Amino acid sequence: MTTSTDHGRPDPESSTLDLNRDGRSVSDRGETVCVIGAGPSGLTAIKNLTEHGFGVDCYERETGVGGVWNWRHDRSPVYASTHLISSRPLTQFPDFPMPDDWPDYPHHSQLLSYLERYADHFDLRRHVWFGTEVVRVEPVDGDRWDVTTRSTGGYGPERTSRYAAVVVANGHNWSPKLPDYEGLAEFRGDVMHAAAYQDPAQLRGRRVLVVGAGNTGCDIAAEAAQQAAHCWHSTRRGYWYAPKYLLGRPADQLNDVLLALRLPRRLRQWLFHRLLRASVGDLTRFGLPRPDHRMLETHPIVNSQLVYYLSHGRVTPVPDAVRFHPDSVELADGRQVDPELVVFATGYLPRFEFLDPKILGDDGMTGRPALWLNAFVPNHPTLAVAGLVQPDSGVFPLSHWQSVLFARLLRLRETRPSKAAAFAATVTARAGERYAGPVKESSRHWFEVGHADYLRALQRALHNLEAK
Amino acid sequence: MSQQVRVIRGREWARPVRPVRREVLEAVPGLDEGRPPLLFVPGFGHGAWAFAEHWLGHAVERGFSGYALSLRGQSGSGPAPEATLRAYAHDVVQAAAGLPRQAVLVGHGAGALVVAHALARYPARAAVLVAPVLGGWATAVAALRRNPLGTLPALVGGRLRYSRAQLFGPELSPDEARRHLSRLGRPARRAQWQLLFGREPEPAVGDPPVLVLGSPEDRVVPRSALTRAARRYASAPLFFPGMGHDLMLDAGWREPIDAILDWLEKEPSGG
Repeated sequence: MTTSTDHGRPDPESSTLDLNRDGRSVSDRGETVCVIGAGPSGLTAIKNLTEHGFGVDCYERETGVGGVWNWRHDRSPVYASTHLISSRPLTQFPDFPMPDDWPDYPHHSQLLSYLERYADHFDLRRHVWFGTEVVRVEPVDGDRWDVTTRSTGGYGPERTSRYAAVVVANGHNWSPKLPDYEGLAEFRGDVMHAAAYQDPAQLRGRRVLVVGAGNTGCDIAAEAAQQAAHCWHSTRRGYWYAPKYLLGRPADQLNDVLLALRLPRRLRQWLFHRLLRASVGDLTRFGLPRPDHRMLETHPIVNSQLVYYLSHGRVTPVPDAVRFHPDSVELADGRQVDPELVVFATGYLPRFEFLDPKILGDDGMTGRPALWLNAFVPNHPTLAVAGLVQPDSGVFPLSHWQSVLFARLLRLRETRPSKAAAFAATVTARAGERYAGPVKESSRHWFEVGHADYLRALQRALHNLEAK
Repeated sequence: MSQQVRVIRGREWARPVRPVRREVLEAVPGLDEGRPPLLFVPGFGHGAWAFAEHWLGHAVERGFSGYALSLRGQSGSGPAPEATLRAYAHDVVQAAAGLPRQAVLVGHGAGALVVAHALARYPARAAVLVAPVLGGWATAVAALRRNPLGTLPALVGGRLRYSRAQLFGPELSPDEARRHLSRLGRPARRAQWQLLFGREPEPAVGDPPVLVLGSPEDRVVPRSALTRAARRYASAPLFFPGMGHDLMLDAGWREPIDAILDWLEKEPSGG
């Protein structure tokens, strides 16, 4: 329950001033928790922490809530036609449903209005410092954290506040991953990352090569099929393209029917393979490579349109690009194509530039933190990462439960320290655990989770924490 | 009440409740003083009209915005003959999440059971259970004793009929009582059945304060049931003697709503 006390914002006058190691002044924020980012994961962290009685300061580099779903933000990857790929019940926060008269797969602008309503409904904005970016997060004695912030863009002085705990919710879909190809610098056509793709007008009348078969790559290929003079779609391997509806219901809901029936994974895979073969047929007839893996072994690609445009001949499937020439692109099968525009839909990488990678257990600087439940950090019981999951559902429910678990853990540190210590031991022992079946190697596969496996593990952790 | 938090809801995710048009009557004060909105949930057979009669207007006079919902299949909401308790709770959560601020859920009669279910799915600011019919065998036995002819058919899937003496105290004029009785609708058969034999509500999320009130002369909810309901939420019931089950329609309707609003103003999180 929220208390009526306004926990307010960091105010150097009213809090104790302290000096940190470098002699800079630090304002002590007492038991307040710092949340980094006011996207979906950050918002639900604020909501659940305040609900559990904590004061919260949230820092957001942009001027609005919503994170990646706010198309006004320069780091937002959404394009005009972005729609959800997981259906409403598997995407919404578990305690704040989307309106039930919305479509099964809402548009990104609806998602933003949903997040804004969430922020207003629970009065979250009063906790957020907008236009403020976090520069450094450093551990100090007593499991506390010094968080140094400044105005976005580097203007103004830095200020450091000391917090009892930190939730990192800076998102993982804003730092584009750009592949490196031989000769790319000499290529005379236009090259862009999908992060810069906003509108099909950018494709109109041009010969377009789309690289990457993630959900974004497939969306852009389907738009290019309607707008571009020609579209090549380059993919590294064959994939399963799940339609948005199967057997008359959203495909992810069908998967959950099967999950609720406790069908084993192999049986579900077999069923989906049969269903796809029966309804869509063998995709190799369009020149696509045969998938080298079973369904549910990569992040699901949910796209009903791509196959449709393949069947119209509006998209030409091609293999991986090998090298770029000034006027053409050479493909793995020796073919050359001559696009005017190359769109790299090659994804994004998580980045935590304000944190020493060693803190997240990433000693080898591989960019892959070693966490338990993708959220809890060994040896740092008051630090949590929210939303660092790529589930086969929406991220919001997972972030919600992560922050509920973290809030209860922080409470137990005061009321039952032995329970909190046992939790910390589990975090250390089980860091790096995975919550999906076998997944094909990719730069993001390590945080791919099955929503049912993941939430079951999280529920178990919650029950163990609360057990007498 | 099972005390463990439920994270996995595979069946619910796989089978979302179908939307049905919802009637929500609202009364909003001209000046918003930041008070939490009240969402009134009527019991079986009743609709939003039951609150529009007196309570909505009175709440507004005291600076609270009030919203009254008709559950699906009731009054002005869309038809839903196959409605379940889950669908009713869905309607309440949808209506609550649609309000500008975190809401106080006020459930009357079986609407209190719907609210108790909704509390597990929506972190309400607070909850008020008015003459709560929380279901189970005790409810059936009490109703059978007071009104055997009206209740018996309901047990075998037929219509539940209330008598005047069940709903109203002696002070309400017969004309008015007749007018209200004529507006009573019929709850869905499955929801009626689940009221008696359905699952217990899950624990409320967000730990909201809960107020229970009723009348010791209520012929639907015995005094012991009120005490039991209040104990479930670690409080004691407020009693309004001389009134029937329908506290919002009976002659003394002003006292209970004033008590609710006073409680909300005192409650540290409410005002």
